[in-house]
Amino acid sequence: MEWFVPIILTVITASTPLLLAATGELVAEKSGVLNLGVEGMMLVGAIAGFAATASSGSAILGILAAVVAGVLMSLIFAFLTLTLMANQVATGLALTIFGVGFSALIGSGFVGFPIQPLPGLSIPFVSGIPVIGPIVFGQDFLVYLSIAGVIGVSWFLTRTRAGLILKAVGDSHSSAHAIGYSVIRIRYMATLFGGAMAGLGGAYLSLAYTPMWAENMTAGRGWIALALVVFATWRPGRLLLGAYMFGCISVLQLHAQSAGVHIPSQFMSMLPYLATVIVLVIISSDRAKIRLNAPACIGQAFRPAQ
Amino acid sequence: MNVRFMKRTMAAMMAVGALAAGAGAAQAEDAKVGFIYVGPIGDHGWSYRHDIGRLAIEEALGDKATTTYVESVPEGADAERVIRQLAQTGHNLIFTTSFGFMNPTLKVAEQFPDVKFEHATGFKRTDNVSTYAARFYEGRYIAGVIAGKMTKSNIIGYVGSFPIPEVVRGINSFMLGAWSVNPDVQVKIVWANTWYDPGKEGDAAKALIDQGADIMVQHTDSPAPLQVAENRGILGFGQASDMIKFAPKAQMSAIVDNWDKYYVARAQAIVDGTWESIDTWGGINTGMVEMAPYTNIPDDVKAMAEEIEAKIASGELHPFTGPIYDQAGELRIAEGAVADDGMLLGMDWYVKGIDAELPK
Amino acid sequence: MLIRLEPRRQHSQAMVYLSPVLAIILTLMAGMVIFSIMGKDPLRALHTFFILPVNNIYGITELFVKATPLVIIAIGLAMGFRANVWNIGAEGQLTMGAIFGGGLALLFHDSTSVFLLPAMLVMGALGGAFWAAIPAWLRTRFNANEILTSLMLTYVGVLVLSYLVHGPWRSPDGFNFPESRPFPAAALLPVIYDGTRVHLGSLIALLAVVGGWILLSKSVIGFQLRVVGKAPQAARHVGFRQKRMVWFTLLLSGGLAGLAGLFEVAGPIGQLQPQISPGYGFTAIIVAFLGRLHPVGILFGGLIMALTYLGGELAQIMMGLPNAVTGLFQGILLFFLLACDVLTKYRVRFGSAAPKGRAA
Repeated sequence: MEWFVPIILTVITASTPLLLAATGELVAEKSGVLNLGVEGMMLVGAIAGFAATASSGSAILGILAAVVAGVLMSLIFAFLTLTLMANQVATGLALTIFGVGFSALIGSGFVGFPIQPLPGLSIPFVSGIPVIGPIVFGQDFLVYLSIAGVIGVSWFLTRTRAGLILKAVGDSHSSAHAIGYSVIRIRYMATLFGGAMAGLGGAYLSLAYTPMWAENMTAGRGWIALALVVFATWRPGRLLLGAYMFGCISVLQLHAQSAGVHIPSQFMSMLPYLATVIVLVIISSDRAKIRLNAPACIGQAFRPAQ
Repeated sequence: MNVRFMKRTMAAMMAVGALAAGAGAAQAEDAKVGFIYVGPIGDHGWSYRHDIGRLAIEEALGDKATTTYVESVPEGADAERVIRQLAQTGHNLIFTTSFGFMNPTLKVAEQFPDVKFEHATGFKRTDNVSTYAARFYEGRYIAGVIAGKMTKSNIIGYVGSFPIPEVVRGINSFMLGAWSVNPDVQVKIVWANTWYDPGKEGDAAKALIDQGADIMVQHTDSPAPLQVAENRGILGFGQASDMIKFAPKAQMSAIVDNWDKYYVARAQAIVDGTWESIDTWGGINTGMVEMAPYTNIPDDVKAMAEEIEAKIASGELHPFTGPIYDQAGELRIAEGAVADDGMLLGMDWYVKGIDAELPK
Repeated sequence: MLIRLEPRRQHSQAMVYLSPVLAIILTLMAGMVIFSIMGKDPLRALHTFFILPVNNIYGITELFVKATPLVIIAIGLAMGFRANVWNIGAEGQLTMGAIFGGGLALLFHDSTSVFLLPAMLVMGALGGAFWAAIPAWLRTRFNANEILTSLMLTYVGVLVLSYLVHGPWRSPDGFNFPESRPFPAAALLPVIYDGTRVHLGSLIALLAVVGGWILLSKSVIGFQLRVVGKAPQAARHVGFRQKRMVWFTLLLSGGLAGLAGLFEVAGPIGQLQPQISPGYGFTAIIVAFLGRLHPVGILFGGLIMALTYLGGELAQIMMGLPNAVTGLFQGILLFFLLACDVLTKYRVRFGSAAPKGRAA
C-alpha cells in the first residue's frame, strides 16, 4: 500500500511549479491578456527567491521577493501591451528573452551556492499517519498555496462579482467598457496576478524542488504552464488535473525506465507531451463547451473610445 | 605568501627559460586564448568547469596570456561563425569545448593555419587541431568499487543524459568496479534525455530511489540527483565539480573535471612556441580526472578507494581488463588484454550483467 | 494616467518608417545606461553590437545566414497570425523538415545526382507541412487548440531527431557519437558568394518575401487572410471557410519552417545532429510581429534580430560582456520596437488631460 506514497510525493513536486504558473496565466488570459513571457517571469522569480533566501536565510523573504519580482516583470509587460498597446504575443516572447538574460546576470554570484530546502509541514501525530500523513500533511507551504490558488481562482471566477467582471472583460471588452468597467485597470490586475504566480512557480523550483540556482533552470516549464492553460480550456479545475497528469506521466516514464522497460528513452520522454495532446483532443470534441470558456478577446488590444 | 604572485613569477621564469632555449626556433608570442562553451558558465557543470580552466590560464600566465570566452553557443550553424570570429580577432589558441563543435572547428582551422585549435571530446585532428578528453571512466571505476562496498540493497541508481559512448563507457566502468568487490550489484538506468534540467534529473533520481536504489550516480550536469540523495538519506557521487556543499552527508566522492593543468600547459606552449597537434586523453595520472575527497565512508573503504586510485594512476590497473563479455555473451576484451582507446572511444555495448538495452 | 494615446484618423505613413528609428534611438540611450552600469565604454559597446558585425563583406553574409531561417519561418507564421491561427510549433516543423530532407540525403549518401538537392527541398517542405498538418487536422476535426498541439509536437519532433541521431542514423565512421554521416556534395546547398557561407537558402528567403507579398496583396486567399484578421465576423458572413484557412496557413507555415530546417542541415551544418536550431521557430514569432506581419517588414525584422545575435557574440569576444547582457539588451530593443509601433496608430499626449465626466 505504501509503495506509491513516494511516487505521489514526486508527482506533487513535479506538478506544483507548473500549477502555480499556470493558475496565474489562466487569470490573465481570462481577462483577455495572453502573456507568453511565463518562462522569463519564472526565471526572474526563481533567482529573486533564491537570492533573497540565500542572503537573508529566510524562506519567507525569498517567497516574497519572488512574488515582487514576478509582479515587476509582468508590470513591464502590462505597461507595454495595455498602456502602449504593443502586440501581446511578441511582447511576451521578448519578456522571456529579457528574463533569461536578466536572471542570469543577477544569478552569476549565486551559482554553486547551497541553501536549505523549504521545510515541509510537520504536525505532530497527523503527519505521521501512514499514507495520508506524508501526502496530505507533509508538504511545503507552496504546495498548499498552489492548491489553494486553484480553489481560490475557481471560486473567484464563478462566485464573485469581481470574477464575473473579469470574465466579461475577457469576453467582450467593448461591452464591459460600455457598462462602465475600466478594462485596462482590470487587465492590469489580472496580468500582475499572473506575474506573481509565475514568480512563485519559479521560486518553487529554486527553493523547494531543487534548492539551487543555475541559469535557465526552469528548462521550459513556463511553456508547459502556458500549454496547460489551453489544455484546461480555461477552467481552474481542469488545470489541476492537467498539471498533475503531466507531472504524473513525466514521473511514471522515469519509473518505467528504471524498472527496465526496453523502449528507447526518447520515446518514453515523449509521453507527457503526447498524452496532453490526446486528452485535449478528447476534451475539445465538445465544441459548445469550449466556446463558452475561451475568452473571446484574448490577445486583443483595447483602447477605450473617447 | 601570495600564491598568484609565485605562480606568475614561475611562469615568467619558465617563459624566459624557454625563450633562451628556443631562441629563433619558433615564434614565441603572448597567448591570446579563446574559448567557446556550449552552455552558460552559470550551469555549474560542464561549461563552468571549462571556465575555471580558463581562469587558471590567466592566473598562471599572468600578462603573458589574455583570455576570452563565448558562452551558450548552440551546436548548429552559429558555432562556425563564433570560432571564426575568435580566429579573426587575433586569438592564437582556441578551445572548442563540446563534441558538437568538431566539424565547425575543422572548417575554421583549415582557413586559419596559423591559429592553433583544441577540440574537446572529438576524434578528428589536423596539423593545427589538437584533441583532448578526460578518462572519466577511471573515476567511475573507483566510484563503482566504493558503491559495491557501500550498497545494502545491491541496487545502484544511475541517471544518464544520452546513450553516447562517453556515458555508456562510464556505466560499464562503474559496474566493473562494483562487481570487483560485490558480484551481486545491479544497476538501474534512467535516461533523462537532457544534460541539464535540475528538476527532471532530480525526478529521475527519486524514481530510482523509489525502486530500491541506495546509491546515486549521475552523468548529467546539475547537483539535483545528489541533492535528492541527501534528502532521502542515501549516498551518491558528484559530477564535474566537488558537490559536497550540496550534499554534505551524501557525497562519497565526486568525479571532478579538472582542465586547469592541461589548459595552462597548452597556453604555455603557445608562449614558448612549442605547440604541436596532439591527442590527449588524460586520466587520474595527469590530474585531468580528480576524485573529490572521500567522505561519508568507513576508513577501510576509503583506504581501498585510495589504493585503487593509486593503481589506476600508475597504470597497474586498467578498468577494462579482460576477459570482458558483452550482453550477447561475445568476448570483447580477451583475458589479460586491456581495451584499446579506439574501442573505448566508440563503446556502444554494455558489459555482460547489465540489465538494460541500448538503442541501436 | 500620465501618458494618453489619441487615435489617428488613419495610419501615419511617416510613423511607419519613423517609429523603428525612434525605437533604435531609445535602445541606444538605454544601452548607454546599461553598459555604463556594467562599467563598459557605452559607445564602444554599441559600436560592437550594431556596426562591427557588419563592417565587412563576411559579416554581412553571416547576417544573411543567420536571418535566412528567421525570415522564411516568420513569413509563413505571419499568414497564420493574420487569420488568428496560432502556430507556435514552427521549431518542431523545422526539425521535421530537417529529418525528412536530411533523411533523403542519408539514404542516397553516395549519390551525385543533380536531382538529390531539389528532392530534398521538396521533402523538407513536406516534412514540415506534415508536422503542421497534425495540428490542422486536430483543430478542424476535433476542435483542439493549435497553440497546445503545435507546441507539444515541437518537443516530440526534437525527441524523434534525438532518437535518430543517437540510434539508427548514426554515422558508421563516427565512433557512435550522435551525428549522422556528412551529407554528400550533391546534397549541399550551393554557396552564392565564394569564401562565405551564404547559400541558396538566402535567395529563397528573398523569394519567399516577394511571394508572400504577392500572395497577400494580389491573391484571393491573401485578401481573405486580411479580412479574417481584421473582421472575423464579417468574414464568417461572407462565407469564408474557416477550416480551409486553418489548413492553408498551417500547411504553408509548416512547409516554410520545414524548408528552413532543411536549409540549416544542407547549408551551414552539412549533416544531421541532435541540435540544429537554437530556437529559430520561436524567435521567428517575434520577427513576424516586428515586421507587422508584412513580408517586407519581416525581412527587416529578421535582419535586426539576426544582428543582435551577431552583435552579442562580438560583445562577448571584444568586450567580455557576458551572454546574459545580450539577452537583456535584446529584450529591451524588442520592447522599444514593439512599443514604438503604437505611434503608427496613435498620437501620444502627455499630461492628465483624460476626458472628464467618465466615471472610471
